[in-house]
Amino acid sequence: MKLLRPCLVLTAFLLLVCCLAYPAAVTAVAQTMFPRQANGSLITQGGRVRGSSLLGQTFADNAAHPRYFWGRPSGASVDRATGVTSSSGSNYGPLNPALHAEVRQRVEALRATGVTGPIPVDLVTRSASGLDPHISPAAAQIQVPRVARARSLSEAAVRSLVAAHTQGSTLALLGEPRVNVLELNLALDAQSGNSR
Amino acid sequence: MTPRLVALVVLFFGLLGAVAVPLGRYLARVFAGENLRTARLLGPVERLAYRLAGVHPAEEHDWKQYAGGVLLFSLVTQLISYGVMRLQGSLPFNPTRLANVPPWLAFNTATSFTTNTNWQSYGGETTMSYLSQALALTSQNFFSTAVGLCVAIALIRGIARRETTKLGNFWVDLVRAHLYVLVPLSIVYALFLVSQGVIQTWSGPAHWSTLDGVTQSLLRGPVASQEAIKMLGTNGGGFFNANSAHPWENPTPLTNFVQMFSIFAIPAALCVTLGEMVKNRRHGWAVFATMTLVSVLAVAALGHFEQSGNPALTRAGADQVASALQCGGNMEGKEARFGIADTALFAVVTTDASCGAVNGMHDSFTPLGGLVPMLDIQLGEVVFGGVGAGMYGMLVYILIAVFLAGLMVGRTPEYLGKKIDSRDVRMASIYILIPAFSILLFSAVALLTEAGRSGIMNASAAEVPGAPWHPHPHGLSEVLYAFSSATGNNGSAFAGLTAYSAAHPVFYSLTLALAMFVGRFPLILAVLAIAGNMAKKRSVPPGPGSFPVDGPLFVGLLVGVILIVGALTFFPALSLGPIVEHFMQR
Repeated sequence: MKLLRPCLVLTAFLLLVCCLAYPAAVTAVAQTMFPRQANGSLITQGGRVRGSSLLGQTFADNAAHPRYFWGRPSGASVDRATGVTSSSGSNYGPLNPALHAEVRQRVEALRATGVTGPIPVDLVTRSASGLDPHISPAAAQIQVPRVARARSLSEAAVRSLVAAHTQGSTLALLGEPRVNVLELNLALDAQSGNSR
Repeated sequence: MTPRLVALVVLFFGLLGAVAVPLGRYLARVFAGENLRTARLLGPVERLAYRLAGVHPAEEHDWKQYAGGVLLFSLVTQLISYGVMRLQGSLPFNPTRLANVPPWLAFNTATSFTTNTNWQSYGGETTMSYLSQALALTSQNFFSTAVGLCVAIALIRGIARRETTKLGNFWVDLVRAHLYVLVPLSIVYALFLVSQGVIQTWSGPAHWSTLDGVTQSLLRGPVASQEAIKMLGTNGGGFFNANSAHPWENPTPLTNFVQMFSIFAIPAALCVTLGEMVKNRRHGWAVFATMTLVSVLAVAALGHFEQSGNPALTRAGADQVASALQCGGNMEGKEARFGIADTALFAVVTTDASCGAVNGMHDSFTPLGGLVPMLDIQLGEVVFGGVGAGMYGMLVYILIAVFLAGLMVGRTPEYLGKKIDSRDVRMASIYILIPAFSILLFSAVALLTEAGRSGIMNASAAEVPGAPWHPHPHGLSEVLYAFSSATGNNGSAFAGLTAYSAAHPVFYSLTLALAMFVGRFPLILAVLAIAGNMAKKRSVPPGPGSFPVDGPLFVGLLVGVILIVGALTFFPALSLGPIVEHFMQR
């Protein structure tokens, strides 16, 4: 019983500090100082939210959208009860035949668009979150001819747009060079002047 | 190792050593009860809390009273967590109208967060309301971290003090851990995360129409405030299902670096704290060196295996060779912004420590790449380890190492002037044996029961036409990883394992919760018993026959003991899992 009073009182005290004061203070400061980031780094065009610059979007059928760069395959799913996208990887083990079959199919789909060189691994494997916004520069490069063809643009024009949306490693050390696919696609639409 | 990974590792551990010094000394002062500069602001709050709680700060506890405080506090807070999750459907701050968390899932999750494990049998964004995330989960992220820290400090006091039964006042240590360490660090850290793109809002999901013309909803929430203490407290339980792979939890390589760093920050600082409190700084650095050595070995191995890639993907037509335009390697279950290097270092850091946050899916690692994090956990997470838990685990390993050294030369073993007696060694043995039994026995039970086997994902993927898919070493790996993670209070997973389903709600909920429990509280009791026993002893000045605990010989012996104990215990099981799987690749 000598333990009970300090335990109960201090639990209540720490709940107030850690679960009320702390998140409230962080939210208040975050919403004041960094409102864009705190709310999801949303991209708006003409008052309409197009997505988040941090989150990738997928096409149900890539082949139906030759005009856009394709992002990485996703293991995310839509939760039936809430309609919310649930982030997830595939969790396939390295020897799982389902993984091998999937990768083979994606490679074939890319070959069907006229790609002849090596197929970068990140473009045919599912990301960890299912929401990866990026692809490697190699994965962007092999898609340039297709996108240029579909939009009747020169490959050089598309390539320079890709370069403009390529980000290097931070401090030349942290992270990999990468291309933000949604931002690149929106820029393409803006250039072609026909956003949907 | 690629040059980038080498540079990353050098920067990481260099910076870690540099930050450990001021932080470790600060921790020593916090728990010495010194009046700190921060106390001018928080002192009145602290004293008010003591007055309301009827705590007299000068009144210290012996090991049993200290343990009583730990256990009661954990029990009470676990009940609160359970209650909040069970009632969330009728409580406020539930924007997507989630139902109450089912009983077994809530039991498992409450145990998970109370034991600092943060194993998640649920998907965060589709299971937990804002209230549950804050009141049931974030609360425990703080509490369980502080408890671990208190126990480590009590053990160090037991080693440093002489001829006393007193180990400090648990309630004072608990409050000071929060007010002077965890909360202030978390505030600064959370705001940094927001500035980089981690979200912090209570305004529910964001909706948009994708380029494909489909409406997409993504749940937002107070992520940054939870993320900060999730990493700093080596908790690892993410707001989202994908954890630190989710771009809203870990948006950039810079946040990724800081997240890894923050996992090790307090555990590394505790090496310095140890040196300060026992008045032997060189010993603290020897412990730091031991931890760094084992860690770097693990990063090198994991980085190598993942960069080498998966031969099956090459056969399927993917190019895994690194070039200036791609990192290559086994990218299944990894994020493009992190690539192989930042994922490999993260995976090692999170499993060396008892964190369990992930920025890539361990289940999709190559067989030997996946072995590394599993073995990291099985070594007892004493390589930096969880906040507090890593240090007290390491001190137990040190006792064993010193004991073995004593046996080798036929002298009574001693550690920092204290003779090691049979009670210390008995408790240390219990500490080492309990996790081994828990991991291996529970894994065996799971593999022998239908309920256990039904959760395995990578052994039953028979839907691929023409592909024979029989029980598979990877299935064993999934189960072995789960009980290693639970017992080690880690929380990461080979996440293909379905630990909770409507068809089998009980089996893994119960067994994993039991594993988490025995991996936490019996070990804490053993540690506090050692602390009590050590504190009572007289201190003898080191003589010419004393085993030095600050040189390369000590570091070598300690590394040897850690690796041999881990290898001997788990090698047979690992052979049947990842090692067999590796040879099946050819």
